[in-house]
Amino acid sequence: MNTLTPNDYLLLLAVPLIPLLGYVVQIFFGRNLPRKGDWMLLGGMFIVMCITVYMFFVHAMGHVGPAPFWNESAMTADGPVFRWLYNTSDVPGDQNLIAGILYDGLAAAMLMVVGVVSFLVHLFSSGYMAGDRRYHIFFANISLFTFAMLGLILSDNILFLFVFWELMGFMSYLLIGHFAQDPDSPRIKHAAAACKKAFLTTRVGDTCLFFGMAMFYFLLPREYNDLLAQGAIEGERVISSFRFVDLWTMGGQIVEANNGEYPFWMSVAGLFTFGGTVGKSAQFPLHIWLPDAMEGPTPVSAMIHAATMVAAGVFLLGRMFPMMSPEVLQIVIAVGAFTALFAATIGCTVNDIKGVLAYSTISQLGFMVAAIGTGGLGIVAGLFHMVTHAFFKACLFLSAGSVIHGCHHEQDMQKMGGLRKKMPITFMCMLICTLAIAGMPLFAGYYSKDRIIASVIDSTLTQWRGANVFALVALPLAAMLTTFYMFRLIFLTFFGEPRDQHIHDHAHESPIPMTAALIGLASLGMFGGHFWLAGDPLSNNGTWFTNLVQWQTMYVTSRGGSLDLTSMNMIAVTEHTAHTGHVWAVGVSLSVLALGFFAALWIYGLKKLDPARITSKLGLVYEAVRDKYYVDEAVNGSVIRGTMGLAKGQKWIDENIIDGTVLGVGRLGRGLGTLCAWIDKNIVDGAVNWVGNTTQALGSVARLLQTGRIQQYVSFAVGGALLLAAFHILT
Amino acid sequence: MDLLNTNPDNLSTLLSWLTFLPLIGMCVVLLLPASNLRAIKITAGVFTFIPLVLATQMYFGTFDKTVSGYQMVQHFEWIKALGINYSVGVDGLSMPLLWLTTILFFIAVPASETVPRLSKAYFVLLLLLELGVLGVFVSLDFFLFYVYWEIMLLPMYFLIGIWGGPQREYAAIKFFLYTLAGSVLMLIAVIALRLDAGTFSIPELVAIGKAGGFTGPALLGMSFTTWVFWFLFVAFAIKIPAFPFHTWLPDAHVQAPTPISVILAGILLKLGGYGLLRGCFPIVPDAFQDFAYVLGILGVIAIVYGAYVALGQSDFKKMVAYSSVSHMGFVLLGMAALTEWGMNGAALQMFTHGISSAACFLVVGVVYDRAHHRDLNGFGGLAQPMPRYWAMATIAFFASLGLPGMAGFVSEALTMVGAFQSQVGWTDEAIASGWMWGPFQWLTLIATIGIVMTAAYILWALQRVFLGTLNEKYADFKDISAREVFSLAPLLVLCIVLGIFPWYILDWMEVSISDLMQILTFAG
Amino acid sequence: MGVEAYMGVAGVLFVLGIVCIISRRNILYVLMGIEMILNAANINFVAINRFGNGGLEGRMFAIFVIILAAAEAAIALAIVLNVFHLFQSIRPSDADMLRD
Repeated sequence: MNTLTPNDYLLLLAVPLIPLLGYVVQIFFGRNLPRKGDWMLLGGMFIVMCITVYMFFVHAMGHVGPAPFWNESAMTADGPVFRWLYNTSDVPGDQNLIAGILYDGLAAAMLMVVGVVSFLVHLFSSGYMAGDRRYHIFFANISLFTFAMLGLILSDNILFLFVFWELMGFMSYLLIGHFAQDPDSPRIKHAAAACKKAFLTTRVGDTCLFFGMAMFYFLLPREYNDLLAQGAIEGERVISSFRFVDLWTMGGQIVEANNGEYPFWMSVAGLFTFGGTVGKSAQFPLHIWLPDAMEGPTPVSAMIHAATMVAAGVFLLGRMFPMMSPEVLQIVIAVGAFTALFAATIGCTVNDIKGVLAYSTISQLGFMVAAIGTGGLGIVAGLFHMVTHAFFKACLFLSAGSVIHGCHHEQDMQKMGGLRKKMPITFMCMLICTLAIAGMPLFAGYYSKDRIIASVIDSTLTQWRGANVFALVALPLAAMLTTFYMFRLIFLTFFGEPRDQHIHDHAHESPIPMTAALIGLASLGMFGGHFWLAGDPLSNNGTWFTNLVQWQTMYVTSRGGSLDLTSMNMIAVTEHTAHTGHVWAVGVSLSVLALGFFAALWIYGLKKLDPARITSKLGLVYEAVRDKYYVDEAVNGSVIRGTMGLAKGQKWIDENIIDGTVLGVGRLGRGLGTLCAWIDKNIVDGAVNWVGNTTQALGSVARLLQTGRIQQYVSFAVGGALLLAAFHILT
Repeated sequence: MDLLNTNPDNLSTLLSWLTFLPLIGMCVVLLLPASNLRAIKITAGVFTFIPLVLATQMYFGTFDKTVSGYQMVQHFEWIKALGINYSVGVDGLSMPLLWLTTILFFIAVPASETVPRLSKAYFVLLLLLELGVLGVFVSLDFFLFYVYWEIMLLPMYFLIGIWGGPQREYAAIKFFLYTLAGSVLMLIAVIALRLDAGTFSIPELVAIGKAGGFTGPALLGMSFTTWVFWFLFVAFAIKIPAFPFHTWLPDAHVQAPTPISVILAGILLKLGGYGLLRGCFPIVPDAFQDFAYVLGILGVIAIVYGAYVALGQSDFKKMVAYSSVSHMGFVLLGMAALTEWGMNGAALQMFTHGISSAACFLVVGVVYDRAHHRDLNGFGGLAQPMPRYWAMATIAFFASLGLPGMAGFVSEALTMVGAFQSQVGWTDEAIASGWMWGPFQWLTLIATIGIVMTAAYILWALQRVFLGTLNEKYADFKDISAREVFSLAPLLVLCIVLGIFPWYILDWMEVSISDLMQILTFAG
Repeated sequence: MGVEAYMGVAGVLFVLGIVCIISRRNILYVLMGIEMILNAANINFVAINRFGNGGLEGRMFAIFVIILAAAEAAIALAIVLNVFHLFQSIRPSDADMLRD
C-alpha cells in the first residue's frame, strides 16, 4: 500500500473538517445542548484520532524504503482540490492559488500526534473545566484550534500553512484570554495582557515568515528561469508557486546549477522564514510570550503551548529545511542551542509549577531547533523529539493541571509538598514523564534526546564551526539542567512534608476523565519512543522514521533532480563518525542525567543543602536568572516604549504638522477673507455708500421746498408761469 | 471602433434604474409628512432594499464576468453643444463596488435608529447620497462622473454638519472644502483632456491615451500627461485618503453619526481608489509608470504611519479612522506595484476594507450608544456583560487586522506579494548582479511593520475595552440588540465567506483587471 | 366788441380763480377757484369758436369741459369728505401729507 487512493484523501479531508463542523455547531447551539455539547466534540475528536492513527499505521509505519508513498492531490487531481483565489480553471496557475493535501511522513507523524493529544486533552478538559461559566465557548475554541493545527499539517503549500498558522495564533489568543472575561478569576488582568502579548510577539515572527514566503514565491522561479535561459538548467520554464514540492524542486536545481552554493537571497529568505519559527516556537528573543501564555487554562497550555502549536515552528523548519542555506543553519543552531540553555537555567529558579514547565518547553524547543540546524540525522532527531516531546510534555502539563485542580488553583510549588499519597495517579504519570523528559533509557525522551546529542557531536566532529561547538557545550548542559529542574519539581510537589497544611488537607485526586487522559499520555510518554526501534536503531537507513523524514531527498531525486538537497546540508556521516558519535552521545546523556538527578536529590529530596545558601552565594547571578535575565524588562523598555513613543510622536506630527498645515492653509484663507472683507466694507463699499450719502444730502436740501401744501405748489406754478411769460415778453 | 460595446443585446436600462431608484425614493420621502418618522424609515428601507436586490441580481445574474469591456451600457447625448453624453456601463471593477454600495446603504438605514435629532431631511439626504455614489460607479463619461461626484458632496456635508457630534460644523466644513479642492483639480484636468482630445468619454480617452494621442503642451518642464496625472491623482488621493491628504478623515469620522461613518469608510473612500483605476491611471499610463514609485512610497507611508498614529489614539473611533488610512495605503501600494497580484489585491482590498471598516464603525457605534463616550481608557471588561457583542467585535476587528480566513487577509496578502514582485524601478545593474531588489522590495519590507502595528493597536484596543476587570459603571449594559445584529451580521458573514472564498469577488474582477494591466504596462 | 373783450373777461376770471385757489383757507373755495378757471377756459373756447372759422369744435370742447367739471366736482367733494375724515379739517394747509 504505497500510494494514497482518493478515498484516503477523503478521510484526510475529514480530519480537519470534523472539528470545524463541531466548532460551528458548538458556537451556535453548544449552550443549549446537554452537558453543553462537550460529548459532541469529544466524539468528533475520537473519530479524528482513529483516522489519524489508522492512516499512520497503514501508510507510514508500513512503509520502509526509498520510494515516496504519497502523492499530492493538487497535482494528480486524485484528491480534493481547493481553488482559492479564482474558481475558474482558465486562470493561469501563477495567479490562482490551488491548495491540496500533502500527506508525507512528517505530516503522518505529526497528524497522529495532534490527533491523539487533542483527543486526550479534550477528555481532560471535560473534567478540568467543569463548572466554568464559559465552558461551551472553551470547547468550541479548542476545537477550532484543532482544526487549524490539522489543516496546517496537511497543507501542501506554504501560504495555506501560513493561513492556518495565523488562525492557530488567533485561537491561542482567545484561549489564553479565556479567563480575561471571567470576573471570578483572580488573574483576569494578567490574562488580558498575556493574550495580547502572545499574539503580538508571534505576529512579529509571522510577518517575517510572510516576507520570507513572498521572497521565495517571487525570486525562486525568476532565478530558475534566468538560469534556464543561460542554459545552466535543463527543463521547462516554471511559474511562481507556493507549493512545497515546487519550492524544493526549484531550490534544488538552482543550488545545483550554482555549484552547490546557495544564492545570497536564499539565505536572506531562509532567515526570514526562520523568523516564523522563532516567533511560534518561542525561541530567543521572541520567547517572552510563552511563560505569560500560562495564564490560559491548563489544558490549553498542555495542548497549544507545549504539544502542538509551538511545535508548528519546528514543523515549518522541517518543511522548509531544503531551502535553508548552511549560513542560515548556523544561525538556527546558535539560536536553538542558546534558547535551550537559557530557558533551562531560568527553569531552575521558577516556583510556579506551570512556569517551570513553560521554560522547560522553551528549552526543549531549542533542542529541536538546534538539532534540525545540524542537518542530516539532526532533522530526524529534531522532528522525532517533537513527537515524543508532544506526548510527555502534554502529560506533564496535564499532571500539573491535575495538581492545581486538586490544590484548588494553587500554583506555587513552595506551598505544596507531600502530595504523593493524596494524588497517586497524578504522581505516577508525572514521574514517568519526568523520566521521559530527562532522557531515562527506555522512556520516550531518551531516544530522541540521545539522537540530538549524537547529531550535534557528529556535526561538530565533521565540521568545526562556532555554532556547532557552542551547541556541543550548551545542549548537554541544558539536558543536565532539565533533569535537575524536573526532579526539583517532583521533589517539591510530591515529596517531603506539606508546607501548607490547609492546601494539603483539601487536596484530592482528580476525577476519572482527567486521570484517564493522564494515563493515556503517560503510557505514550513511556512507550512512544519505541517506534524508533521499528527497524535497526543503529543504522542510518534502517529505521522507518529516518526514511519518513528524508522525503526531500526522495522527492527531488524522483522528479529528475540529481542533487540531494538534504545531503547538501547534511555532513556526510560516515559509518565511523556515526558510531563514535552515538557511543559518545549515550555516555554524555546518561552522565548528565545522573548529575542532574543527584543534584536535585541532594538539594530538594534529601535536603542536604539549603537552596537559599546556594542562591545567596550566587548573588547577582541568581537574581538575574530569577528575573528571567531581564528580557521582558528590556523589551518593555526598548521595543514597547519605543513603539509607543513613536506612536505618540507620529500622532503629534499628524495633529500638529500635517493637520497643522491643512489648518494653516485654512487659516490663511480665512485671514485673506477677513482682509478682503475689510477692504470690501471700507473701500469698495465705501465708495458706493459715499455716492449714495451725497445724493441723499442733496435730496434733503431740495426737500425743503416740498411743503406738501397744494396751494403753495400752485403758487410756485403760477410764479413760474409768470416768470416764463416775463422772460418771453422781455426778450 | 465601438469602445462602449454598444451592440443591441448589451444595452440595458438597468443601470439607470439602479441609479435613480434612490431618487424616486427620495421624492416619496419628501411627500410623506415629516411627523410620521416611522413611515419615512420604512420607505427609506424599501428604497435602499430594492437597489440591493437589483444589484445582487445583476452581480450574480445579468453581469457576465467572462466578457471583457463594459456591460449593460446605456448611451445617449445629453448636452449636445458640449459633447457631453449620458453614458453608463459596468465592468468587473465597478460591479463589486456597486454591490457593496447597495449593501452598505441598506444597512445604514436600520443603523440610523440611534442618530440624535433624526428627521425626514436625514433620509432625503441619505437617498440623495446613494444616487451620487451609484452614479459615480456607473458613469462612463467624465463629465457625468464629475456631476455625480459633486452630487455626492453636498448630502455628505449636511449629514455630518447637522447630525454629527459636538464639533460637527468644523468637521463638515473641513470635509467639504478638502473634497471640493480635489474636485476643482479634477475639473481642470477633465476640461484639459476635453480641449486636447475632444471628448469626455472615458473609454475613448483611454484609447487615445494608450495610443499616445494627447498633444497638449509641456508646462514648467512637465509634460501634459504628467500634469493631468498629478491633477487627477491629487483629486482622487484626497478621497482615498492618501498621506498627506488624510487629515479630514479622522475629524469627519469622529463627528459623523455611526451610519454615516459606515458609508464614509465603506464606500466614499473607495471612490478615490476606483477613480484612480477608472479615470486616472489608464488615461495617462505613461505618466503613471513614471511615478508609480512615488505612489508606492505614499502608500507605504500611509500603511506604517497610519498604524502608528492609530496606536497613539485614545478615541475609539479615531483609532478606527486611522486604521482606514493605514488600510487604504495597501490599495495605493498594490496599484503602484504594477503587477497582476498587486492590482487584484488593491481592487479586492477596496471591497474587503469596505466591509470590515464598516463593521468596525458599527461596533464602535454600539458601545457609543450605550456609554456616550469613546475614550478607550474609560471602558474595561465589557465582554462580561456583552458576550455576543464581544464575539462580533472580535470578528470585525480581526478581519480588519488581516487574520487569515477572513477577507482582509486575502487582499493584504495579494497586495504584499504583488508589491514584492514589482519590477518598478529595477536597474539593469541590479538585475545583472543577480540581486533582484528594487524600491518596491524595500517598500514591502517596510510595510510589514505596518502589519505588526495593526495587530498592536487592535489588540490593545480590544484589551482595554473588552478584557480585564469590568468597569462597574457599565455592569448593567444590555447585550447587542437584534437591530444591531441585523446591521452587523451580514458584514461579518461576508468577512468570513470572502476570506474562505475570495473568488466571489476576484472571479468577477479578473477579466477587467487583466485588461487594465495590459493598458497600464503597455509600452512599459 | 371783438374777441378781446371776451378774452379779457376770461383772463380776469382766470386770475380770480388762481388767487382763490392760492389764498383761500377753505378747501371748498379752492374747488370753486378750479371751477372758475375751467369756466374761464370755457369762455375762451366759445369766444374763439364764435370769431373763428365757424366750426363746432369749440362748443363741443366747452360742453366736454362742463361735463368734466361736473364729474370733477363730484369726485372732489368725495375727496374733501375723506380729507375731512382723515384730518378733521378742511384747511388745505393741514393736508400736507404729500411732503412725505
